[in-house]
Amino acid sequence: MSATSTSVRTRRFADRAFLGLTGAAGVLVAVLIVAIGTFLVIQAVPALRADTTNFFTTKTWNPDQSPVAFGIAALVFGTIVSSGLALLMAGPIAIGIALYISEYAPRRLARPLGYTVDLLAAVPSVVYGLWGLNFLVPYSSKLQQFLADHVGWIPLFNLGRSGAVGRSVFLASVVLALMILPIIAAISREVFLQVPQANKEAALALGSTKLEMIRYSVLPHSRSGVTGALMLGLGRALGETIAVALVLSLSYRTSLHILDANTGGNTIAANIANQYQGAEPTGQKALIASGLVLFVITFGVNALARLVVSRGGNRTAAA
Amino acid sequence: MTALTTRPGPPAAASLRDDSGRSLGRHHHLAVLALVVVGTLLLFAVTPLQGRAGFGVVVVLLYAAVSTAFSFAREGRRRAQDRLLTLSVHAAVLAALVPLVAVLGYTVNRGSKKLSASFLDHSLRGIGPFDTNGGEYHAIVGTLEQVLLTIVIAVPAGLLVSIYITEYGRGPLAATIRFVVDVMTGIPSIVAGLFIYAFWVLGLKQGFSGLAAALSLAILMLPVVVRASEEMIRLVPDELREASYALGIPTYTTILRVVLPTASAGITTGIMLAVARVTGETAPLLLTSYIAPAINNNVFSGKQAALPTYIFDQAQQGREINFDRAWAAALTLIVVVLVLYASARLLTRRNTLARR
Repeated sequence: MSATSTSVRTRRFADRAFLGLTGAAGVLVAVLIVAIGTFLVIQAVPALRADTTNFFTTKTWNPDQSPVAFGIAALVFGTIVSSGLALLMAGPIAIGIALYISEYAPRRLARPLGYTVDLLAAVPSVVYGLWGLNFLVPYSSKLQQFLADHVGWIPLFNLGRSGAVGRSVFLASVVLALMILPIIAAISREVFLQVPQANKEAALALGSTKLEMIRYSVLPHSRSGVTGALMLGLGRALGETIAVALVLSLSYRTSLHILDANTGGNTIAANIANQYQGAEPTGQKALIASGLVLFVITFGVNALARLVVSRGGNRTAAA
Repeated sequence: MTALTTRPGPPAAASLRDDSGRSLGRHHHLAVLALVVVGTLLLFAVTPLQGRAGFGVVVVLLYAAVSTAFSFAREGRRRAQDRLLTLSVHAAVLAALVPLVAVLGYTVNRGSKKLSASFLDHSLRGIGPFDTNGGEYHAIVGTLEQVLLTIVIAVPAGLLVSIYITEYGRGPLAATIRFVVDVMTGIPSIVAGLFIYAFWVLGLKQGFSGLAAALSLAILMLPVVVRASEEMIRLVPDELREASYALGIPTYTTILRVVLPTASAGITTGIMLAVARVTGETAPLLLTSYIAPAINNNVFSGKQAALPTYIFDQAQQGREINFDRAWAAALTLIVVVLVLYASARLLTRRNTLARR
């Protein structure tokens, strides 16, 4: 009798302890995200105090000189332009792939093809950077020159004052596009696969072509999911570091001449990787301050994306 | 009865004409393709256009245009639009697969030039900027130790969190944790590195170490592990849990002995994919374990090399020999990552829970 009651008590205790342990791990995760913000702020404040210029509107980055002058204007500009371009390139292709896998591909091909596209995400970013630098830059110089020569009247493709092509924002965006393509494709594919079969069959039974079936049955059902997928892809592009740091030639000018290698550009993340090695204490803290801005931006984009996806009613493991 | 015997009249001729006889067959498409290839060849002979890649692109674009136009003329607008979408979707797949093959092919091609036994078992200690020997042994050691330590930290923590979310958690706390995990999957790797740098390296004055690197990698790996195991644990049928409870088995034993073993194949897949992802991370390592030319077997103290930072460092130095080393290390890294990735996928096949 007493033996049973002890064992019941130990069991109860073990049960409680296990619940406590898992709960503590959960709380720790929630605390972690607050801690990330807090510690970045703590380390960033001294540098922001020392800054003699406006942190948000200054384009230069001279935190280790006197007077201390640095700001994130050029970095935020470069981050948004390169990520936006990457999204423009990757978005349609990724949605096309997702449609192919969910609506067109023979059943046996669909899954292996999904895995193969996911392989693009498995390639480490430093390899993309190296590939961009050693292969894409020389290989695409003719194409870039061709664009500049023939559609240069569009300001976007104008070479500006340098007249040189090479390690440009355009190429950085191409590499970024490759890297964010798989996540957009994977989530969109999951979203498309959740469209009820009956809706599609109803459209086809009414004599729709496949395009009409997709337009009237698949897309309305998956609009929010695909929007979320695109935003998650954007979040990835905003924070990508090493590939951009290797491909892009460093500069703090803001220019919309995306082919111009001399005005180049910079992103928050790439700037950290490039400046970090030579930075002195104030410089290091200035980089942390810029990282804080990146954290806030990506947190916002990702949180919004998750809300949009979950409003569409699906969580997927793809991310 | 009368309704059944009434035979429907012949369908309106107009609606039939839409499809019959005029739809394009395989021979039409082949003819268009041949026409386009010949046309492009002519174009490349006459104009300054050149290059194999350019040829491919022009053929694809021209084929899409001509085929859609042909379809428009014979089959009407709806069919033409449909054909254009089909072609675009196929082109999208090509647009992803061609770069993938290009990246992998180029890595194998350039990487095999320098990769050798001596490259694998030598470090860069005492190697001057113009020396052509030296290897990546120290970086391999660093990557192995850091990734193992990351697994030791992130996997138990991730499993506990996912168990809480799926088996215990209800109400706002569980919802908050789930949301935080979702958002954490999107934290840029450089921010994870900056956090450990601000908190551990500078704040607690611990300095650079492999441990610091593992901590930052664990931040990146944790949410992936949580999501994967959460997904798998949810797939475990409730009947199994109920059967266990009916036998008087307490909750924690049920979770550890019934739920987790059932979900283990899927969880392992998730963990391996997460490991593949963090193995290639460069940015956080730069801020936590930094760069080192010599072997450091102690993961707990001092700068430690790793394959990704090794590649980045060599690429930045920019001489021919540096790029050769970088590519050889890149090939090593890609082989490691792809082996992990492939075995994770092969394991999925054994996963009876996730069959869809």
